[in-house]
Formats: sequence, C-alpha cells, structure tokens
Amino acid sequence: MSEHNPFPGENNTGHFWDEDLRELTNDPPTWWRMGFHASWILVIGYTIWYPSWPLVSSHFEGVSGWTAIGEYKADLKEVEGVRAPFEEKIASMSAADILKDQQLNEYVQRSAKVLFGDKCAACHGSGGAGNPGFPVLADDDWLYGGTIDKIVETITNGRMGMMPAHAGTLSDQELRDVAKYVTGLNSGTEYAPGKAIFTGKGACFACHGMDAKGMHALGSANLTDGIWRFAPGGEESAYHTIKFGVNVPGNAESRNAVMPKFGGNLSESDIKKLAVYVYNLGGGQ
Amino acid sequence: MSDQKVDHQSNADELYEESGQWTLNTGDETIHAKRMPGKFRSLKWLTMSVWLVFFFGPYLRWGDRQAVLFDIPNRQFHIFELTILPQDVWMLSLVLLFFAILLAVVTSIAGRVFCGYFCFQTIWTDIFTWIEDKLEGNPAKRRKLDKEPFGLAKLKVKLPKHVAWLVISMLTGISFAAWFTDAFKLWHDYLTLSASTLAWAVLGAFTVGTYVLAGFMREQVCFWLCPYARIQGVMYDRETILPAYDFKRGEKRGRLIKGKQQEGHGDCVDCNQCVAVCPTGVDIRTGQHEGCITCALCIDACDSVMEKIGKPKGLIRYACLDELEGKPTKPFYKRARPLVYITIMILAASGIIYGLANMAGIELKVLHERQPLYIQQTDGSIMNKYYFKVLNKTNSDQTLSIRAVGIDGLELRGISASFNAVKGDVSSLSAFVHADRDVLTQERTDVIFQVLDSEGKVVAEYASMFFGPTK
Repeated sequence: MSEHNPFPGENNTGHFWDEDLRELTNDPPTWWRMGFHASWILVIGYTIWYPSWPLVSSHFEGVSGWTAIGEYKADLKEVEGVRAPFEEKIASMSAADILKDQQLNEYVQRSAKVLFGDKCAACHGSGGAGNPGFPVLADDDWLYGGTIDKIVETITNGRMGMMPAHAGTLSDQELRDVAKYVTGLNSGTEYAPGKAIFTGKGACFACHGMDAKGMHALGSANLTDGIWRFAPGGEESAYHTIKFGVNVPGNAESRNAVMPKFGGNLSESDIKKLAVYVYNLGGGQ
Repeated sequence: MSDQKVDHQSNADELYEESGQWTLNTGDETIHAKRMPGKFRSLKWLTMSVWLVFFFGPYLRWGDRQAVLFDIPNRQFHIFELTILPQDVWMLSLVLLFFAILLAVVTSIAGRVFCGYFCFQTIWTDIFTWIEDKLEGNPAKRRKLDKEPFGLAKLKVKLPKHVAWLVISMLTGISFAAWFTDAFKLWHDYLTLSASTLAWAVLGAFTVGTYVLAGFMREQVCFWLCPYARIQGVMYDRETILPAYDFKRGEKRGRLIKGKQQEGHGDCVDCNQCVAVCPTGVDIRTGQHEGCITCALCIDACDSVMEKIGKPKGLIRYACLDELEGKPTKPFYKRARPLVYITIMILAASGIIYGLANMAGIELKVLHERQPLYIQQTDGSIMNKYYFKVLNKTNSDQTLSIRAVGIDGLELRGISASFNAVKGDVSSLSAFVHADRDVLTQERTDVIFQVLDSEGKVVAEYASMFFGPTK
C-alpha cells in the first residue's frame, strides 16, 4: 500500500496494490440502484398486503386478508361447485337410475375410485380383485346377488353369513367325502359317496340347494363354479370349512366372513356411488 | 535471471499494445451507420422481404378457417390442408433438427448468413434505422442531434420517429399473435378493446420488446445477448467464406495524396467507408470479428470506392481464410463437414416426409387393467379388462367399432357395438373381454385390438396381452 495517492481526484479509496490496482468508490450503476429500490419497495408493499409482522399475542394480518387456509377453502369450494350438479342428481336418484345415466356413470367411475380405495380396497383389493378370505368383486359370482339394489343393500347393512360346523354331526371320513364331492362339481365329476351325504345326512342341500348352486337369499355359496369363497380353495380347504363352519361363535377354527355395515358411516350418496362403482367392476347383474 | 525478466516485460508490453487496439462496443455510443446502395444492399432488401410472410401470412384463408393457425388452446396445428395433433409432434423435433443443421451447414459454408440477411434483430434494426435516416437525416446530422440538449426542437424531430417505431412494434406484436388465433377476430378484439389478457400481454411484450431491442439495443443484442451469434461463430473454419479484407492486397494502408498511391502502400486508401457503413460498428480490416454479422454492406462500400479510384473491386469480398493466405481451397461439396450436415438434413427431411405421408387418420391405444389382471367368471370364462383411447385425426366424425383377434371365441362385453368418434378428439372406452378358459394355453396370450370403420375396414391396430391363470 502506498503512502501517497498517485491518482488524486479519482474517487479511489486510497488502497493500492501492484502500483496501479486500486479500489474506486464510484456509484453503482443506475439500473442496479433502480433494482435495489424496487426490491425494498416491493418488500414493504408485500408485508402490508400479506400477513407478516408478529405482534405480542397475534400477528399483523395484512390488508388483503389473505390466508393459506382461506385460499384452500376457496379452491375447495370451486371444486365442490363443479361437483354440485352431479352430487345433487346422485342424491335424488336411485342407484339403478344412476347406472343408466351415461354422464353420471362417468362421474362415479372417477369420484368413487377414491372412496373405494379408502373404504373397500383394504379387504377386496384395488380394482375389486379380492384377497385371500375376501370375495372378488369383479366377477359375476355373488353370494347375496349382483343386482345394483342388492349391492346397495350389502354395503348399507353389511353381511354376516353363517354355516354351522359339521365336526359333530359328520365323521371325518364323511367330511372328506363331502369335500371331495363339492370340489369335483366344477369339472363335472360326481363323487357318489359325497353326494349321498350332501343330499342326505349332511343336509347341505338345505342351504346350498339340490343343484349346489347356492341361494342369494341365504348368502350360501355356489359350489359348482370353481370360484371359492375361502382361500386357498380345493379339497383340503373345503374340508376345513365344512368341519368348522363359518362365523360359528366361540369356534376359533371357524371361517371368518364379515362384511361391515357402512350405513351409518357413509352418506347415502356415497353408498350409491360405491354400489355403481362395484357394479361396473365387471360382475354387475 | 535478468534476461528472463526483460523478456517478460517485453511480452507484457506487446500484450498491452495489442489491447490498445481492441475496441469494446458496450453501447456507450449509438452506432449511426451510413446507408449506401450496392449489390449486397439490394440482396438484403430481397431477403428481408421474406418477413412479409410474417405480417401477411395470418390473413390467408383455407376453407372456413385460417390457412396457417397454431391453435394452442385446442392443441391443433393447421397448415393449409394439414392438421397436426400433439401425437404427431415428433415430426416437429425433426423439423427443428432440420433447421438446426441447416443453420450449421450454411454457417459452415458462408458464415453468419442468418444473422446478416434473415435475422429479425438485424432486419427490424435495419428498418428502424432506415426510418431514422429518412426522418432525422444522415449519420453526421444524427450525431449532432444526439449531442444537442433536449428541448422542443429536438422533440419535434425525434417524435415522428418514435411514433413510427411504435407502430411497427405494435404491428409486429399483432402479427405474432395472429398466428395463434383467428387473425380477423383478433383485430376486432383489439380494436374493440375486448381482447383476452393473454392477447394484450403478447401485444405488450412484443411492442416493448421490438421497440427496445430494434430501436435502442440494436447491435448490442448481437454482441452480448444472442446465443446464436456465439454458436455460429464457433462453426466457422478456415474454409468458411465471409466478408473479409484482403490484407495482402490492402496493406500497408494509407491515404491517397493528390490522387496518387504512396510508395509501399497497398490498395486500401484508409477511407474508413467500410467502418462507416457497418451496422455493428466493426472494422473489418482487423480481421474476423465477433460483432460481424456478415451482412456484406462493407463490400458494397469498398467496391464503390475502388470503382471511384480506378482499382479492381474485391479488396473486401467474400473469401475464406485459406484463400486470403494464398492456400488452395476446395468447393463446399468436397468438404467433409458440409457433407455430414447435408446427410443429417436429408435424413431429417425424409423422416418428416415419411411422417406426413403415413399420418394415420385413426389412432388406437390400449391399456390393460393391471388390478386385477384377470377374473374368473362363473361360466368358466376368463375376463380381462381393457381401456381404449381412440383418437380421430381425420376431418370428420366417424362411426367406429372395436374388435379383438388372436384367441378363438374372444368376446367383448360392456362396450357398445359401435361408437361415434368426434373429429380431432379422443374417445375413451373400456371393455371386458372374455375368453374360454380351455382355449388359453398359457398365462399370457397375444391379442390384437382393431378399430374398424363403418365399412368394416381395419383403420387402426394395437397389440396387447390377454392374461389368464397359470395352467
């Protein structure tokens, strides 16, 4: 650093390096200063317009009255405004009528998808593919009937089927014979000893019918279609079901089959939407 | 030690001496280029006229619509008979490739032809300075005017120019917007002040942009803003022809004294006309320059001077570095670079032609439902669900139907026998496809979905899979 200033009258700071390298005190460029002033003016304006300054027990709310939750609610209202005409129609129509309305059907396909994911998919799988122990909703095999009204009923009231345990009434061999008979029905083979018990001592026909096709009124399963209510299907699985029954109180080995009631939890519109959605999964009748 | 020190010193001195000759144009002083007639000036007017298409193109009609319309809200590009939907936009990438390589090949052969003859910045600036020349007088007058203090007299001279500039700027904005919406309706909306916010924003941005960039920024854009100026600069090589000063013939430059060339002097009479006419303020005699947009106006200027003093023309001419240094040169079609570029261009052009020639009228996309992959039905059949998107790119609504082939006895349920496909729109459909379980021999079987027109002709196909249980 030099003692005397070799460049007098030049706005320099008096700092020199390498003879002539020096620091000047020129004003910053005009465009830069304009930007700077515009910035702080904007900041002040911003803090006046929007909620900003903390006060002792609250905060300055800004002259615009803007809040994040307010914006969210306004957006939500807008969405509901779009949905309203559809929702009103759904509320006033029966599920069967909704099914016939092309436009409402489209609306339900999209809006009920989320509802199905929340309420149904945990057991029935996304897309109604079913899970071990939980029925497939996309096929045309229905325990209680696959008409739209039946589906509404099932969702509203829930279902809890009942099949008695046969461990006490049938011998182990007889249980196995019946199991062999019913699991063979699908492929068309009739195991005579099993059939005898089915239509006789076991009284299976009382619920499943003489043709073993089940009855919707009772929720008894169709045993001839090769679609099995309880996993994994097959003779051993059928044997277990016959022996211990379904939903037998106090029987730990018994099959569990409970569809909860959604009547109180979901609005009627939501139930209608779900019914239409389930109907359209592929198995509606 | 000391020898080396001296050496460093002299090297540094040399560097600084050179730097003394560099002039850095940062727009401190407005460049008032002199306008001179000539061969390249005429050529420039001609190439500039290409931009008339920009101004008048939107008013062409084709049937009941605008001939060329880039309809962004409806996602359709109309180019005369042709309608291009987003699905065909892959061709756009080929178009971009074609023009990118065109720029490369032209630049490699003849320098910044785009900058000098076609670029909107060059051309709008040229028009603006032409107006300035007409209204405010020649460069000397304008420089004098610039130095005068601001006042009513100055305003009277300056105002018409700015009005003219703004009118051109606004027309530029309107013309731009008119390519994207119906031109006549746009004018109507602007004139009745009922245009959309977007239309006003476009007009505003283009008016301000044109006015500032062509009126005030001018060559500064080419120097410091434009990436193409830089990109093109690195595409030169020693065989690229550019407006260049023949230093062997010209040096040592010097003024004529009493109409006579001095002993030891070259043909350059140092009249400075080449600098005076340069729109970017470059001295071409210092060699290739980043600011040179190769507009060749200096060639016109130099040729006219050479003619006056009875010397052969071409002291400044289109020449490559090798030619100036007396090395042999090859025509462009024997140079590797242009040939490679031209090959790529031909490939891109072939792709575009192929695409245009084979643009399908109907497009089908099929999506297989993954959850569940398949469902067994009580009648023993296996059901798969599919979603269809049928795009009608033709100019009329069509009655279409979908069928599946590939497995015996495939049956589509939950879909109407035929449906109406609205022109330019996508129809979304879904279907449950049933197949007999016994027919399926493997987990996945190929199926082909076909779209049939009303006469039963297959107009679109899509290959998919049919899923079934493990055997």
